[in-house]
Amino acid sequence: MTPEEEAETKRRQKARNLVVGGTLLFFVVLFYMITIARIGGQ
Amino acid sequence: MQWRALLQIRQTLETPEMDTLLTPTAKPHPMPADWRDFFTLTKPRVMTLVIFTGICGLLAAPGSIHPVLGFTAILAIAMGAGGSAALNHWWEMDLDAGMKRTANRPLPSGRMLPKDARDFGIFLSVTSVGLMGVAIGWLAAASLAVAIVYYAVIYTMWLKPRTPQNIVIGGGSGAFPPFIGWIAVTGEITLMPVLLFAIIFMWTPPHFWALALFMKSDYAKVGIPMMPVVAGEKSTRTQILVYTVLLAPVAIAPWAIGATSWVYGSVAVVLSLLFLAFAMPVGTRTRADEDAMQPEKTLFKFSIYYLFALFAALVADRLLENNGLIGGGMFA
Repeated sequence: MTPEEEAETKRRQKARNLVVGGTLLFFVVLFYMITIARIGGQ
Repeated sequence: MQWRALLQIRQTLETPEMDTLLTPTAKPHPMPADWRDFFTLTKPRVMTLVIFTGICGLLAAPGSIHPVLGFTAILAIAMGAGGSAALNHWWEMDLDAGMKRTANRPLPSGRMLPKDARDFGIFLSVTSVGLMGVAIGWLAAASLAVAIVYYAVIYTMWLKPRTPQNIVIGGGSGAFPPFIGWIAVTGEITLMPVLLFAIIFMWTPPHFWALALFMKSDYAKVGIPMMPVVAGEKSTRTQILVYTVLLAPVAIAPWAIGATSWVYGSVAVVLSLLFLAFAMPVGTRTRADEDAMQPEKTLFKFSIYYLFALFAALVADRLLENNGLIGGGMFA
């Protein structure tokens, strides 16, 4: 792997990690809100 | 003698074939796919129609749903659609490579490993059904599961490569979002969500065959039995007209059975007449080489506006009724 390819691989991995992290955080908040909505509905 | 034997072994090992077999880095290590490629797998443009019709089903349904739960229902529908689209990308990788329109997708262009697309599709599909079940209800989740299996397995893997009626059958998978959106609110399957399903089901053949008429050569190249390729242009044109005629009463039915007011009814009548007017020149003409398939392109474009306008009218009807501006239908 050339240094350019290595740098590109690292950039992609970092971007993917950020997207996965953001998605997980989003679902944590969403499940909290779903719980509140469902408790409120009962 | 011994050195001769050793030399022979060495010569054997130095052939290009052995070199390929013995070198651990014979194939370049693939770069991880960009996250945008995963997003592309979900077919974002198709997704807009899925989300729109899903929201319409949700808003047009009688009753109410908590905004967070409504958002979750639409998110689950979108995730399910994205998951099945990713599986479609994975299964049709070879076909996509042969068509100009699809050759630059993440898999045929080599930007992503096939197993990554497959795993992503399965993960999204399973997660979407789980989310729908836990947050909304298991009837809506079961419908979503059926929709995913219908699109990814029954349509993509089984029927699309086998029958020229693939688009008619495939229309069923696109017809699920408003159906699921409706039952996410009501929790039961009644006539209205079935009618919403039927509208998209009947709308798909004229919409897609209009596209297939002017994209015929692409499908022929990869051996997909699209109607214009297998049955010929004349038969496709007749069937476009037949389905457009059949679509009209289905589109007007929600008003005819009293489930909506005159607002939706009049919009449905006008749009259906326009659809017929655009389908007529496509369905009746025999020669299409002198105008670069302009009527087919116009029909394709109009069919998209038609569906957006029809479902928007359905929602407007419900909102007007909820605000007491018009009388409700008997299913309201």
